[in-house]
Amino acid sequence: MLAQQLINGLSVGGIYALLSTGYALIYSLLGFSNWAHGEVAMLGAYIAVMSVIAAKLPFVASLALALAGAALISLVNEKFFYRHIRNNNSPTMFLMIAAMGLSTTYKNLIVVLVGPKFKYFPQILPFESFEFCGINVGVLDIFSIVVSLAAIVLLDVLIYHTKFGLGIRGCASDSVTAELLGVNVNRYILIVFLLAGGLAGCAGVLLGMKYTVYPSLGNVALKAFIASVFGGLGSIRGAILGAFMIGILETLVSAYVSSGLRDLFTFGLLIAILLIRPEGLLGKSVEQKS
Amino acid sequence: MSDYTQGVIILVCVNAVAVLGVSILTGFTRLFSFGNAGFMAIGAYASAILTKQYGWPLACSMPAAMFLAGIAAYCIGRLTLRLKGDYFLITTLGFGECIRVALDYAYKYTGGPRGYSNIPHYTNVYLAIAILIVATIVARNFIRSKYGWHLMAIREQEVAAEAVGVDTAKYKLLSFVMSALYAGCAGVLFAHFLRFINPTMFNLDKSAEWVITVVIGGLGSLSGSLVASAILTLLPEIFRSLAEYRMLLYGIAVVFIIMLRPNGLMGYREISSYFPRRLCPQAAPETRK
Repeated sequence: MLAQQLINGLSVGGIYALLSTGYALIYSLLGFSNWAHGEVAMLGAYIAVMSVIAAKLPFVASLALALAGAALISLVNEKFFYRHIRNNNSPTMFLMIAAMGLSTTYKNLIVVLVGPKFKYFPQILPFESFEFCGINVGVLDIFSIVVSLAAIVLLDVLIYHTKFGLGIRGCASDSVTAELLGVNVNRYILIVFLLAGGLAGCAGVLLGMKYTVYPSLGNVALKAFIASVFGGLGSIRGAILGAFMIGILETLVSAYVSSGLRDLFTFGLLIAILLIRPEGLLGKSVEQKS
Repeated sequence: MSDYTQGVIILVCVNAVAVLGVSILTGFTRLFSFGNAGFMAIGAYASAILTKQYGWPLACSMPAAMFLAGIAAYCIGRLTLRLKGDYFLITTLGFGECIRVALDYAYKYTGGPRGYSNIPHYTNVYLAIAILIVATIVARNFIRSKYGWHLMAIREQEVAAEAVGVDTAKYKLLSFVMSALYAGCAGVLFAHFLRFINPTMFNLDKSAEWVITVVIGGLGSLSGSLVASAILTLLPEIFRSLAEYRMLLYGIAVVFIIMLRPNGLMGYREISSYFPRRLCPQAAPETRK
C-alpha cells in the first residue's frame, strides 16, 4: 500500500518537477515568478488533445507538437511582452502583473475558442495495472515517471555539465558581468523560455492524460510553484527535490488523512518553510534587499 | 429604482470597497496580493454566521467580521512581509486557497461546498452607498496622512525609505491589514445582499479581478480605482452578449496597459487634480513627474 502510494507520488512529483524547473529557470534569470507558466502547460495539453482528436495524429506526433507549441508560446510571452516591460525599466512587480494578465488571457481564450468542457485523451496506454513485486503499478504512472525523469536528467546535464548551461548559470548569477564577458544575455533568456515552455508542454500532456484537459488546468502549476519555493526560488535542483517531496506528501495525505485537506497540507508546508527556512532547501538568502 | 438597478449599484459598491483596499495595497505600497478574496470570504462567512446563528445585529457583526479579516492579515503579514515580494504573493495566494478548502471542510458550520443560505437581508442600496462613501473618505485621508506618504515612499524606493527612517515592515503590514479590512467589509455587504454564499465565490479569480481593476484604474490613484471598478462591474451588465469575453478582455487590457501605460488610466493622479486649484483647494500634490 505504502509502496503503491510512493509510486503515485513519484508520478505526480515528476509532473510537478517539469513545471517547477521552469519556474526556477526563469526566476534565476529574470528574478520574477512567471505566473503564465501553468497556462503554457495548459495550452500544450490542448494542442496535444486537439491534434489527437480533431487531426487524428498519432500520439507521438501530437506530443511533439505540444512540446513545440508550448515552447513557442513561452517564447512569444518573452519576446513580445516580458522583454518590452523589462526595457521600460519597470519594477519587477509589473512583470508579475503582466504574467497574471497573460494567464487570464490564455485561460479565457481557451474558454471562448474551445469551450469550457472537459476534453479527454483517447486511450493511448492500457489503463490496467500490472503486478510488480507485489504492488499494482499503473502503466500510465510508469510512463509519466519515465518521461519526466528523462526530461529532468536531460535538463540537469544541460544546465550543470555543458558550456551552454554554464552560460545560463552565468547570466543567472550576474547578468551584467556575463554580458561584459561576451554572453548574449537576451539570447540565453529566449532559450530559457523555450526550454521552460517545452518542459511545461510535456507536463501539460502528462497531466491531461492522468486527469482531463480543461481551461483551468494551469492552476496545478501553483503546486509546482510552491515546490520551487520549497526547494529555493531560482535553484533548479532545489525545484526538482521540492517537486518530488510535494508530490509524495500530497499522495500520502490524500491516502492516509483526507483528500479534501490535501491542499491545506501543501500550503501549510509552504508557510512552515517560510517560517523556518525562507530561502528554501537549496536556495540563497531571501531577506528583502530590494 | 427597480430591484435590478439596485442590485447592480450594490454590486458596484461591494466591488469598489474591495478594490479600494487593493488600491492601497498594490497601488500605493506596490505589494501584490492574490489572497484578498480570502479576506472577503472571512468577512462574509463571519458576519453571516454571527447574524444567522447568534442573532447579532449587523452593526456588531460587521466590525467583528472586519476584525477577524484584519487579524488574519496581521498573522500572514507578520510571517511574510519581511521577505521578497514573490514570497508574499505566493503566501497570500496559498492563504486564499486554504480559506476556501477550510470552508469546504468545516461544512458543519459553513455548509461546505453547497454554500450557506438564508443569511438575513441587511444590505440595501443606501447602506451600500453610505459604506462606500465612508470607505472612500477613510482611504483618502489615510493616503494623505503621514502613513500614506510612508507607503508611497516604500513604493518608490524601499531602501531609501528605510534609510530615512520608515519602518518598512510595519507600514507594509499596516497597508496589508487595511486592505484586508476593506475586503472583509466588502464580504459583509456581499453576504447580506446575496443572502447565499459558497466558497467558490471567493476564489483566486476574484482576487485577480481586483488586481486587474486597480491596474486598469491606475496604480496609485484611488479615484481611478473607483472609476475602473464601476466601469468593469457595469460593462458586463450593459453588454450582456459580451459577458463571455469579459475576462478575456480584462486579461488583454492588463497586459497592454502594463506594457504601454504602466501607471494605468489615471496614472498617479486623482480626478480632483484635473480641476482648477481654486475649485478644489486641497487637490493632492503630484507625487512624481
